[in-house]
Amino acid sequence: MSTTDRLVDFDEVLTRYEPVMGLETHVELGTASKMFCGCSTTFGAEPNTQTCPTCLGLPGSLPVANAAAIESTIRIGLALGCRIATWARFSRKNYFYPDIPKGFQTTQYDEPLCTAGHLDVEVDGETYRVEIERVHLEEDTGKNLHVGGSTGRIHGADHSLIDYNRAGIPLVEIVTRPIPGAGAKAPEVAKAYVTELREILVALGVSEVRMEQGNLRCDVNTSLAPIGSLEWGTRTETKNVNSLRSVERAVRFEMRRQAALLDEGVAIRQETRHFHEDTGSTSPGRSKEEATDYRYFPEPDLVPVAPDEEWVASLLAALPELPAARRTRLSDEWGISPTEMAWLVNAGAVELVSETVAAGASPADARKWWLGDLARRANDTGTELGELAVTPKQVAELIGLISAGTINDQLARQALDGVLAGEGDPAAVVEARGLAVMGESDELVGAVDAAIEGNPDVADKVRGGKVQAIGALVGAVMKTTRGKADAATVKRMLEERLVGS
Amino acid sequence: MSELTTTDAAELGRLLTAGEVSAVDVTQAYLDRIEAEDGAIGAYLHVDAEAALRSAEQVDAARADGGALGPLAGIPLALKDVVVTEGVPTTSGSKILEGWRPPYDATLAARLKTAGTVLLGKTNMDEFAMGSSTENSAYQVTRNPWDHDRIPGGSSGGSSAAVAGALAPWAIGTDTGGSIRQPAAVTGLVGHKPTYGSVSRYGLIAFSSSLDQAGPMARTVLDAALLHEAIAGHDPLDSTSIAAPVPVLAESARRGAEGDLAGLRVGVVTELGGDGHTDGYEAGVLARFTETVALLESLGAEVRPVSCPAFDLALPAYYLIAPSEASSNLARFDGVRYGLRVGDDGNRDLDEVMALTREQGFGPEVKRRIILGTYALSSGYYDAYYGQAQKVRTLITRDFTTAFDGDDGHGVDVLVSPTSPTVAWPVGARVDDPIAMYAADLCTLPASLAGVPAISVPCGLSDGLPVGFQVMAPALADDRCYKVAAALEAAQDAARGSRFLDQLPVRSAA
Repeated sequence: MSTTDRLVDFDEVLTRYEPVMGLETHVELGTASKMFCGCSTTFGAEPNTQTCPTCLGLPGSLPVANAAAIESTIRIGLALGCRIATWARFSRKNYFYPDIPKGFQTTQYDEPLCTAGHLDVEVDGETYRVEIERVHLEEDTGKNLHVGGSTGRIHGADHSLIDYNRAGIPLVEIVTRPIPGAGAKAPEVAKAYVTELREILVALGVSEVRMEQGNLRCDVNTSLAPIGSLEWGTRTETKNVNSLRSVERAVRFEMRRQAALLDEGVAIRQETRHFHEDTGSTSPGRSKEEATDYRYFPEPDLVPVAPDEEWVASLLAALPELPAARRTRLSDEWGISPTEMAWLVNAGAVELVSETVAAGASPADARKWWLGDLARRANDTGTELGELAVTPKQVAELIGLISAGTINDQLARQALDGVLAGEGDPAAVVEARGLAVMGESDELVGAVDAAIEGNPDVADKVRGGKVQAIGALVGAVMKTTRGKADAATVKRMLEERLVGS
Repeated sequence: MSELTTTDAAELGRLLTAGEVSAVDVTQAYLDRIEAEDGAIGAYLHVDAEAALRSAEQVDAARADGGALGPLAGIPLALKDVVVTEGVPTTSGSKILEGWRPPYDATLAARLKTAGTVLLGKTNMDEFAMGSSTENSAYQVTRNPWDHDRIPGGSSGGSSAAVAGALAPWAIGTDTGGSIRQPAAVTGLVGHKPTYGSVSRYGLIAFSSSLDQAGPMARTVLDAALLHEAIAGHDPLDSTSIAAPVPVLAESARRGAEGDLAGLRVGVVTELGGDGHTDGYEAGVLARFTETVALLESLGAEVRPVSCPAFDLALPAYYLIAPSEASSNLARFDGVRYGLRVGDDGNRDLDEVMALTREQGFGPEVKRRIILGTYALSSGYYDAYYGQAQKVRTLITRDFTTAFDGDDGHGVDVLVSPTSPTVAWPVGARVDDPIAMYAADLCTLPASLAGVPAISVPCGLSDGLPVGFQVMAPALADDRCYKVAAALEAAQDAARGSRFLDQLPVRSAA
């Protein structure tokens, strides 16, 4: 790991260099069967149980293209405003590696399904247009498990195991054109792009897009050029950046690292780099790859794909409401400004809030909880908001308990602790932990009377008109009830007894 | 020699259906003959007598139970070792697959199993179907039953030798550039390369995906048609498989045998042995060809010369396209998942083990073609080689279209040529001269590149060795090949007073 890399302070990088990025995003489609055979795509099965002659590349086996995967790819292309090919072909990308069972990957080369689209992303109120070069369909590789080394990488391992369950799962690759002009916002634009792309994929329902399961993987290209330079710099490709936060960190790190080299007059090497989640740094990968000639040629085992124009038009017409349009609509419905909506987007909370509202909470309450307490907890644990162990339905239930006066905000936070700890739904946690706010129960009446009796001086002051003195009595009641009482209720009960009405 | 082993498959089917012989009788007769003769011929790589008798018993039992059986039930069969067979060793003639027992059946193997045919064994072939003499097999040399010092053709030379040598009544071969037709021609058989996409390739170990087709090799045109019908038809497991009904072939063969070709328009391809194109063609081959064209005329056909200029470029185009695809198709043989693995001693890394495995697992001709194909697909050379070859392929296809459709709508129904420029040559004569070996496919390559059907039917002897006559038809018009071939076969048999293979020295001696 390259802990020895000299890094330039990020703000300083921008005083001398202009970044250009490019992103290649791989999305595993959520089809029931693999790209070229009928094997299941279910995640987490016993190794090599979801295989057949075709996805194992056995001699004599042949591929048959998955129509659902082609349809999903075209829908992604349409959602990104791409031109859909009337004639597309699969090609073979030839190289030797044990995780590709045929000795080539079936992919698309010069005749992809979708080209020339774009995706607008917003960062701090400014819109950046990311041009999409192409969207194409290919097959995933198997998974290597290197055993015996300390790093899990092939270097130092004494043997390797291969799981072909993943081999042949349909993979859509979405390639951007180079993204110049983002300047200091480059890392955030990169993150916003992947975030928005993920939202679109979710809206289309084409993939589970679970980054921790590798459903969505990013390769991030970064280069720097001196400000004002007409030519772009040499880029590095940071592979397998597998969370939204990491996308931002990877760009930031590469900018800082490359700036330090360029400052010293060292040329950037065009190379593949690995991203390290723990340190947020990158390190060089195998340098051998640049010599590879993939010898692409049209896959003779598959017939060309010729999407019918009418069919494509019907797919376009049937696209669901896309996230950008949806956000505009929700902003109106929730009565919030574009900036407030942007906060929700950046926090990855639009869908969560929407679902919470759908489960009965008010938009204001839903936003308050997701952006407040829940966002803080996600941040503390370094996870994405959506990965917290609480569902929008549970949050809505929590908010409902507050509205009903069963609990107050402080108790709600304790209830949330319980939910996140896996103790059950909010109501059950409130019950089990005894968190419910006391109504005018005998216990509370007793506590109020005791407070008056125990503080006769204060009580007299209140009776005499110094109403603000009542706070001390409220505090006494809250103390004896260990916070379970509702302060407003206590205040009212004290007033009834001391001030009359 | 048991009479059963010289009986045509169609007749065997009749005898079996009528209950005059049992499947076990027929199978045993062949197994006995294989036992006695295959040591000298070397047609088979793998014979499982017990398994064959078991399947034969099952057919007999089913027949005894009154079960509804197809017309092929109980007829034995040989499969070229390129056809994947579940649990039965499949090597494609290569050491790299030695000992591999596939976990699945090729579609055509499954169809033949369902039809009740009895698998005698797997036949020898040039390694990965690359060759024209079967001498490129990693395992053994196969001898031509007409003359044991000569090659049986290739790459389906095990299948041709088995059928001609009465070691199987018929067999499946595969044809990428002529590998059914040329061995059929030099052993005196009928061999048909179907329209590309009309027989499933699922389970054929790929040599060149855009060219490979499996087809029948048989002693008579009718037998070939019957076997072809059993394996033809759409297969959802093969994307290049044509979704068209199985053509009526046996009926075409029967009609053709009636001998009336009146009105049939026949084009004689100038570029394949015609005027100015006789270099490399043996005089005896050209003489038999000319006589057979005359025979067609006597049966009522209208014959005229047809020029197909792009055919001259078929050989170089083929030797770029086929090796290019092969270089990719053979990449999976890396020692990781099945077959041979060399050098995995804990000290060598992955790349070394893969390289050693491929170095020792592949023979010289396979390596030659992998290198050629890898070069042709390399960046910077792709356009000049693979790209140009594809253009030639288009021109060849266009020559066929022009010939069949005609400039004025009056094209020919079939094109004819010799199947191969020469008769079977002596074993060893061309092993050090790959170009001479490639020339054996000169006449068969155009139909392969265009994907059109072509049949080879015997048309006489030259120096006591069989000569083949090729009939090519438009895509999906395989029935025309059978009709014309059957007419020729019937006329020749009538003139001779015997079947073609009855001239085999070993049979005359028996």
